[in-house]
Amino acid sequence: MGSREWTLVILAVILILGQVFMDLAIPDYMSRITDAYLLEDHDTVIQYGIEMIVCAFLSLILSLAVGFILANFAARLGMKIRAAQFDRVQEFSAQDLNRFSIASLITRSTNDVTQIQNFVARGLQVVIKSPILAVWAVSKIHGSSIEWTMVVVGALLALVIVMVVSLRLAIPKFMNIQWLTDAVNRSTRENLEGMRIIRAYDAEEFQESKFKTSNDNLLENNIKAVKYMAFTWPFAQAAMNFVTLGIYWAGAAIIFNAPTAVEQKLLFSDMIVFTSYATMVLSSVIVFIGIFRMLPRALVSMRRVREVVRTEPSVIGGTETEGTEKGTVEFRNVSFTYPGAKRPVLEDISFRAEKGSTFAIIGSTGSGKTTAVNLIERFYDVSSGQVLVDGRDVREYDLAALRRKLGYVPQSAIIFSGSVEMNVNYGYGSESRTQDDIRRALRVAQAESFVEALPEGSQSHISQHGRNISGGQKQRVSIARAVCRDPEIYLLDDTFSALDYRTDRELRNALKEETAGSTVIIVAQRIGTIMDADEILVLDNGREVGRGRHRDLLRTCPEYYDIARSQLTEEELL
Amino acid sequence: MSEPKGGKLAPGKSDSRKGGPPWSRADKPRNFRQAVVQLTGYVGVYRYWIMLGITLSTVGAVLSIIGPQYLKEISDEIFDGIGTGTTDTSAIVSLALITMAIYVVSFILMGTEHYIIPAASERIANLLRRDLAHKINRLPMNYFDNSSNGDIMSRLTNDADTIGEMFGHSVSMFVTAAVLFFGCIVMMFYTCPILAVITVLPALGGFVIMRIIISRTHRYFVRQSRNLGAMNGLVEESYYGQQIVHAYGDEDNVRRRFSEINRDLYDSAYKSRFISGSMPQLMNFVGNLGYVAVCIVGSMLVMQEQITYGVIVAFIVYVRMFNTPLLQLSDALASMQSMAAASERVFDLLEAPSLDDESGKDTEVGEIKGEVEFRDISFSYIEGNEIIHHFSFTVEPGQKIAIVGPTGAGKTTVVNLLMRFYEVDSGDILIDGISVRDLRRDQVHSMFAMVQQDVWLFEGTVRENLMFNRPSVSDEKMIQACKAVGIHDFIVSLPEGYDTVISDSAGLSSGQKQQLTIARAIIHDAPMVIFDEATSSVDTRTEKLIQKATEDLTRGKTSFIIAHRLTTIRDCDKIVVMRNGRIEEVGTHDELLARGGVYFGLYNSQFENCA
Repeated sequence: MGSREWTLVILAVILILGQVFMDLAIPDYMSRITDAYLLEDHDTVIQYGIEMIVCAFLSLILSLAVGFILANFAARLGMKIRAAQFDRVQEFSAQDLNRFSIASLITRSTNDVTQIQNFVARGLQVVIKSPILAVWAVSKIHGSSIEWTMVVVGALLALVIVMVVSLRLAIPKFMNIQWLTDAVNRSTRENLEGMRIIRAYDAEEFQESKFKTSNDNLLENNIKAVKYMAFTWPFAQAAMNFVTLGIYWAGAAIIFNAPTAVEQKLLFSDMIVFTSYATMVLSSVIVFIGIFRMLPRALVSMRRVREVVRTEPSVIGGTETEGTEKGTVEFRNVSFTYPGAKRPVLEDISFRAEKGSTFAIIGSTGSGKTTAVNLIERFYDVSSGQVLVDGRDVREYDLAALRRKLGYVPQSAIIFSGSVEMNVNYGYGSESRTQDDIRRALRVAQAESFVEALPEGSQSHISQHGRNISGGQKQRVSIARAVCRDPEIYLLDDTFSALDYRTDRELRNALKEETAGSTVIIVAQRIGTIMDADEILVLDNGREVGRGRHRDLLRTCPEYYDIARSQLTEEELL
Repeated sequence: MSEPKGGKLAPGKSDSRKGGPPWSRADKPRNFRQAVVQLTGYVGVYRYWIMLGITLSTVGAVLSIIGPQYLKEISDEIFDGIGTGTTDTSAIVSLALITMAIYVVSFILMGTEHYIIPAASERIANLLRRDLAHKINRLPMNYFDNSSNGDIMSRLTNDADTIGEMFGHSVSMFVTAAVLFFGCIVMMFYTCPILAVITVLPALGGFVIMRIIISRTHRYFVRQSRNLGAMNGLVEESYYGQQIVHAYGDEDNVRRRFSEINRDLYDSAYKSRFISGSMPQLMNFVGNLGYVAVCIVGSMLVMQEQITYGVIVAFIVYVRMFNTPLLQLSDALASMQSMAAASERVFDLLEAPSLDDESGKDTEVGEIKGEVEFRDISFSYIEGNEIIHHFSFTVEPGQKIAIVGPTGAGKTTVVNLLMRFYEVDSGDILIDGISVRDLRRDQVHSMFAMVQQDVWLFEGTVRENLMFNRPSVSDEKMIQACKAVGIHDFIVSLPEGYDTVISDSAGLSSGQKQQLTIARAIIHDAPMVIFDEATSSVDTRTEKLIQKATEDLTRGKTSFIIAHRLTTIRDCDKIVVMRNGRIEEVGTHDELLARGGVYFGLYNSQFENCA
């Protein structure tokens, strides 16, 4: 909370004090008006009446002002929390994201914050106002009859006991709500992402039954919470009623026991006033306790949000922005184990790619190729060893500066909803790039012809996950994105496998022409894609089993030969 | 039959974030009576629960009107006793006991109601979520071309929650308050019409003002719901694309877009909150106004001796009693405003045109022989941008068909049409001579085992992912399939073997995911097979292995294989070469090579670098 927020809160407290003053004056006027009736003094009635309206009006104005300030405060707080949380998640590495799961992070970013915001908006006023009102009202009836006081105290005790017991039971249920909402979010998201497979396998009902589980868990939990809380409010109402009744009942005896008629009259008037203040005390206590109904859920939300905000990103940037060389990538005895995994994905890998060269990584499924690329991008940090870009350990770089050097194309294309152009001219420096740059990128990525055929060319809308274009088209848009930023080093993670061979080849040729001078790190399945690389690293189960040029590897590396043989004809192997 | 195309886009629709097509109603203030009617009509059996709750609370409310009457009598008894020197409290005691009984009954009724109504509301929210989830699976594919996952998720959680919290509560409060309100009015008019008019007038004035406020401000509530959806959308997308956001340094831009939505949300949130919060205050004031008016006018009437002093005392009680329903009504209306906004979004999705109901289609299919005929089909995803043109082709039973062609030639689209993910614009597809239109979608789907380009695994164990929708498959068969695609050893090496939970992206490489999805298809033994780029991320040695496994799978079955690695399709019975949505060539590998056409070029492009 900044100084602005504090000012708002303090202002609200002052206004609430004023409002409480007015609210308490109103029953005073009511009793005075009643008294005036008893004396049949009609001028006084009118005078008090007008004063009371003024009071009520001032109270209205003040309460509207308080409402405005607090609504604003709550919404502002919500906005700040959302922003703080979003900024933090932005810094998260893939590992951090997986730890929370995307579904949960989404709930935390919206639903949880809404819970907090609603609690503050509705609760803050009550939390400030009720105690003031209660104490003030108590001071007004202080020193009244013991019997009457006992009635109020008894009712208060009963109220507190019932509330505490109910809340005790209900709080764990309220606390579950957010986690169960995560589960609902997760199954919805899963269903949306797997739409085609689900339809192809006629698994709609299967998915819906999974959804039903999370949906029904949420229901069951909420029903319990509702059950525990059901009688609290009616009980509070009943308590108020019984207090009035009790005061009258006890009052009858007290009044009749008074010796003179005048004293009896005074006591009667006292009783009326006492009743209205007692009701006021009780109702502010009830409202105050009622707010606790919202508190558990808000507290859990708060905790969940705090958990995110307080998580230090596992990958933290350094300060350096430039390396000591240009366009080089080097691995020095790099090993990497995913957190929680038994065996390392990469073990003792060393290589060096020079500026302008093409360095390829090939190997069987699950051999650690993607991991190697992820380490260069610093999506993860090495478990041991060093990864150097431009002669400097990647951990020393400012993250943005490091990534600015790299043109990363992931294995499965990531497409955002928006225009083709927005997807291609993406990220840092996008505003300084021209239409020519975008066109060049599309041309190099062999995407020009299909983009031109779209109804609005590069302004055409692509939907989230690129649902309305083909796999190969997505991949080419994704490649164009890398080309567009003209990086020092390309990181192509099995980028070509969704492309046909001709497009693959044309793309690589175009890339070579356009990007002379750029270093290319390329992961591939196809021998054809990498056979003229300057150096090829062959991985098997995370270990290097061969390194060199195509021709040499055919002779020296049996794993490489196997891969080659599965793709090429006998003559080509020679 | 043409219904699924209802959602087809006109070219020129672009930014969906601005509100997308079907739900982008303008900020028009929609009457929330409509929302209540819609929901009431929707909630079926729970309607009766709500009604029961309302009845209970109405009775409770009536009792709470009667209660103060007895209190008044008690106070009258006391007042009358003053100065008479009596000490007889027996009349007071019996009155007190009656009052007590009334309060106890009212407490029980209210307590029951406080369970029934919220429980029914929770069930309604549950029902809405269930139906929304159901609906998602019944929407035509093209609906999703223009929606964001996060926004849809927001409807299932945020909006359904709001309805759950508000619906029963506000409706029952509204009805109770209305009963109290009219009850008070009746009693007031019965006691003294002039004073009644004076009390009711400010209340009516208050309502008029409230109505005006509500109709003027409904848009803030709609906007709040929508902003929340947009925020969910942006958050979902940027978390999903985090790697790219990072790699391309787009954090500032994402943050800026986030701030914009966040600011909008702030704006609509505080305005709608302020409005909801201020209505009870306004009605409170109206109540006080009524009180003073009664006092002043009453005292004038007394002076003119038109009424007795007792009438005023009674009225003071009524006016205070009158305050409660006024506050409740205003509170109920405020809740209904949020609820109406949320229900608009929920019903927009629920009422979006679904796929046709096909339960009436009862074409019997016997054993599938596997003859597939594409008869002159044309198709466009976006109107005016046809991408499959007059595609005709017949597949004999048991043939293995490869579909090849450059990226974007329409290969996946043909498969999408065959699976009826989309419906053809013209032409027809026949399986064993039966038009797929005469079959139910699930009949068509069950004819094919399919492996798709996008790998999809859900959070669950390896076993659950493999068995997917077929829990009856034996372990033996599952393990056999995994061995066949060469993933068994890997699975066994996982901490919990087949019971290891696969989460968001932990530990599995894309190739391994593809292997799992192929194993899934093998397990789901179906009469025909579709492989759409099934092995693109698998290394070529594993691919060979998979090929052998799929040979067994596809023996004697009609199968469609889309592949870029042409080596894998050499021995297909027929190779269909597509380009720009048309068939360029058809033939066996040898025939096509001999012809020296498109295929020849494609095939040789694989090896050009070797030269």
